[in-house]
Amino acid sequence: MTDQIINDLTIQAATVNGSGSQTANLVLTRAIFHMGIPVAPKNVFPSNIEGLPTWYQLRVTPQGHMARRDQVDILVAFNVATWHQDLRTVRPGGVVVHEEAFSTAEARTDITYYPVPFSKLAKTKIQSDTLRKQLANMIYVGVVAGLLGIPWEALDHAVKRQFLSKPKAVPINLDAMKVGFDYWQDNFSKKDPYRLEPMIGVVDGKVLVEGNQAAALGALMGGVTVAAWYPITPSSSLCENLIAYSDRFRTDPKTGEKRIAIVQAEDELAAVGMAIGAGWAGARAMTSTSGPGISLMAEFAGLGYYAEVPVVIFDIQRIGPSTGLPTRTSQADIGFAYTLSHGDTKHLVLLPGTVEECYEFARDAFDYADRFQTPVFVLSDLDLGMNLWMTPEFKYPDKPFDRGKVLSKDDLERLRGEWARYADIDRDGVPYRTLPGTDHPAAGYFTRGSGHDEHARYTESAEAYAANMDRLSRKFETARGALPAPVIDESSKSPIGLIAFGSTHAAVVEARQALEAARRPVDYLRVRALPLSPQVVEFVSRHERVYVVEQNRDGQIYDLIRLALPPALVDRVLSIRHYDGQPIPADAIIEPLLQSEAVPV
Amino acid sequence: MSATMNRIGLPRDAYKGAATTLCAGCGHNSITNHMIKALYELGVEPHLLAKMSGIGCSSKTPAYFVETAHGFNGVHGRMPALTTGAQLANRQLIMLGVSGDGDTASIGLGQFMHMIRRNIDCTYIIEDNGTYGLTKGQFSATADLGSVQKKGAVNTFQPIDPCAVALTLGCSFVARSFSGDGKQVVPLIKAAIAHRGTAILDIISPCVTFNDHDGSTKSYSWVKDHEESIADVSFIPFFEEVHVDYEPGTVRDVELHDGSHIVLKKLGEDHDPTDRLAAMKVLEEGRAAGHLVTGLLYLDTTMNDFASTEQIPQRPLVELGENDLRLTPDEFGQFMSEFA
Repeated sequence: MTDQIINDLTIQAATVNGSGSQTANLVLTRAIFHMGIPVAPKNVFPSNIEGLPTWYQLRVTPQGHMARRDQVDILVAFNVATWHQDLRTVRPGGVVVHEEAFSTAEARTDITYYPVPFSKLAKTKIQSDTLRKQLANMIYVGVVAGLLGIPWEALDHAVKRQFLSKPKAVPINLDAMKVGFDYWQDNFSKKDPYRLEPMIGVVDGKVLVEGNQAAALGALMGGVTVAAWYPITPSSSLCENLIAYSDRFRTDPKTGEKRIAIVQAEDELAAVGMAIGAGWAGARAMTSTSGPGISLMAEFAGLGYYAEVPVVIFDIQRIGPSTGLPTRTSQADIGFAYTLSHGDTKHLVLLPGTVEECYEFARDAFDYADRFQTPVFVLSDLDLGMNLWMTPEFKYPDKPFDRGKVLSKDDLERLRGEWARYADIDRDGVPYRTLPGTDHPAAGYFTRGSGHDEHARYTESAEAYAANMDRLSRKFETARGALPAPVIDESSKSPIGLIAFGSTHAAVVEARQALEAARRPVDYLRVRALPLSPQVVEFVSRHERVYVVEQNRDGQIYDLIRLALPPALVDRVLSIRHYDGQPIPADAIIEPLLQSEAVPV
Repeated sequence: MSATMNRIGLPRDAYKGAATTLCAGCGHNSITNHMIKALYELGVEPHLLAKMSGIGCSSKTPAYFVETAHGFNGVHGRMPALTTGAQLANRQLIMLGVSGDGDTASIGLGQFMHMIRRNIDCTYIIEDNGTYGLTKGQFSATADLGSVQKKGAVNTFQPIDPCAVALTLGCSFVARSFSGDGKQVVPLIKAAIAHRGTAILDIISPCVTFNDHDGSTKSYSWVKDHEESIADVSFIPFFEEVHVDYEPGTVRDVELHDGSHIVLKKLGEDHDPTDRLAAMKVLEEGRAAGHLVTGLLYLDTTMNDFASTEQIPQRPLVELGENDLRLTPDEFGQFMSEFA
């Protein structure tokens, strides 16, 4: 037996969609997390309700790497349809736990097999006919626990945690898991190097949260009161979580009254329209969608920009173009969202790179929207939004809401009613507004998406049009300096830099550690908002070469950065792109970078 | 001479808006005047009025009444979505939407239907002239089969009747009128505003420039010759006493949510406005006979509006602050720990 590999491995469960495998996957994840070991799960699922293949990758590392990895150490093969394909993903020396009935005639010889008669065990050992299919998955958790040395106490905890709201389900799930656990003890002796051992202090204070859960909580803490949405993968769970959290935290227990209105709209046009109507009336309003929905929202996005209405639009990106791969991740909406709508429209875009930022940016997006009276896009993605991420607990907000420049009845009295909706009083491009319902005869004004003067009156005047567009540009520049600044780490003192944004962050963190170990350390700037901070240009100017890493085909943020650079710096930036729909692994950064730097891999 | 004040102490002029930019003689201008009269007589607080519209000639009109009220001229066919959002944000607002036949029955048909389905509390006026005016006279989806365009083209498609669509969807208030019939339009607007729920008021409003010729079924002369009112409508606001001295059996009196009454005096056949099937029958029979049936077609005061169904508080959501909306630090800490 080779040297032991402890707490550093990737488990991949290949199962069938709709078979209840997700519960088993989560129990395994929680059990390992309970041992104090960092976990990074990735769910690769089909656009399908039942029958198509699905994979669950659970990466375990002592360092807490959160990115996906291409190579699998331990394959749990439950799906005969993908059996041969799945075998190829296992790294040499790896392990396969598989349904005994699967043929190993042409299988590889460089891996260890543990055949388990899952079907037979399910038939003979699980009493419930209705739950047999689901519980069969729990058997695999028991086998893997035996294989890796996960203590029963951790499994027991995980099952109870998983069924917190359904305690009745605990015993039958524990029983099913015990079947696999016992089967391992009775039938196998260890022939592989993989082991898990409890760790102390590494995951203390950490929780497991999906980005869409984090964003829903952030929206709630940001004071959202009107949310309109249309179901679309991978965004639906954001508003579904918002509904669940609102039922719990925004409902008067006595009267049943809700301090929020959540509408499932007839389409994304209506969803963003409702949100803009609510934002206009003074509510903190939002919608959440993904690429195809963003396409439909284009016209309203322009109205929001031009009529200057606050609204928050979440885009949980998936692969396009068109319907694309609805259940695969991507960062390819950034260029489109940034200038969504015709005629010189541009938007503020927040780019959360962690689930903690999904929470914080969702919360603060309502402040930015109110402060700058404009749509604010929050661009998350499927990987960030729908996978569980290990994170420190989120912080309670330390600031009240920033409602921006709103004139109250008292303000209007003080001004003797003299004000103009689109006048640039403070020379920052941000005008003052009043809300419908303000009890003052000067409060009312006429909002329109057509040409308007400072008093919001219809005009086709060339001067008034240009002056207003220039003010909107000034407002954009004011916002540029106020949005979340890039996070910069130049501790490596390297002439080489990396720029990334969003969920690519996890792979960059890991890649930098590997590059440092390979004596090619790199500095790092993470973009967190558009328009780009001037710090991006400064970062490029301080480095000889800067690699821009992103998950789209065309290098969309690479292009935006090059547009921002003075001509002399443009050639310094290079592009690394990953766009197969799977979350980017660190290798997809390390290999092209080392190749480009002419160091043999 | 002092102007006559309404019940909240405002003169009629307080309900005026900017000068119209529509064509002289446009039916929409008459409707604007009916709106001013209705809002003035009802004593609507201008600051609580929200004038909503889409795109088109009709959608420009909110600028032409109650200048001191907030208004929102949005995008084409999407007035219902904006209205829905604004209504939920602040239930105290009186939502008054003005749309056209293109804005409602073509590009906006989906939103029109879904707003009705939800029963959003608003008045939805369709200034219906069967033609696209701003783009110079194309047929709209409410143009009747066989009606003739100004340049002679004949419409070969079935019309979409917004009232029939609304009835099919179970709309809680459906009425049709004619811009030239102020005696009918004004009480219908008042009743629509008093009604809690989506009130659809389809007002045939001739386009003098593109659709007022022979062969059009939306012209002044055609409507005058073919209008068939199902009942005389009068409206008694909640702040006036009801005293009806008609002969028994000749009137129907329906009480609205705010205590106002709509009183319908029978003309010809008796129509029960709470009978949806009867309303559909009246519409279909009128269509078969080549008549334009006007009046209050259907009214259901028992249906909950959307905000009530969703248990949205009467206090405007826009007024809620951190203490109403954020989890407490204890709740937050407890909730976070549940993710461990």
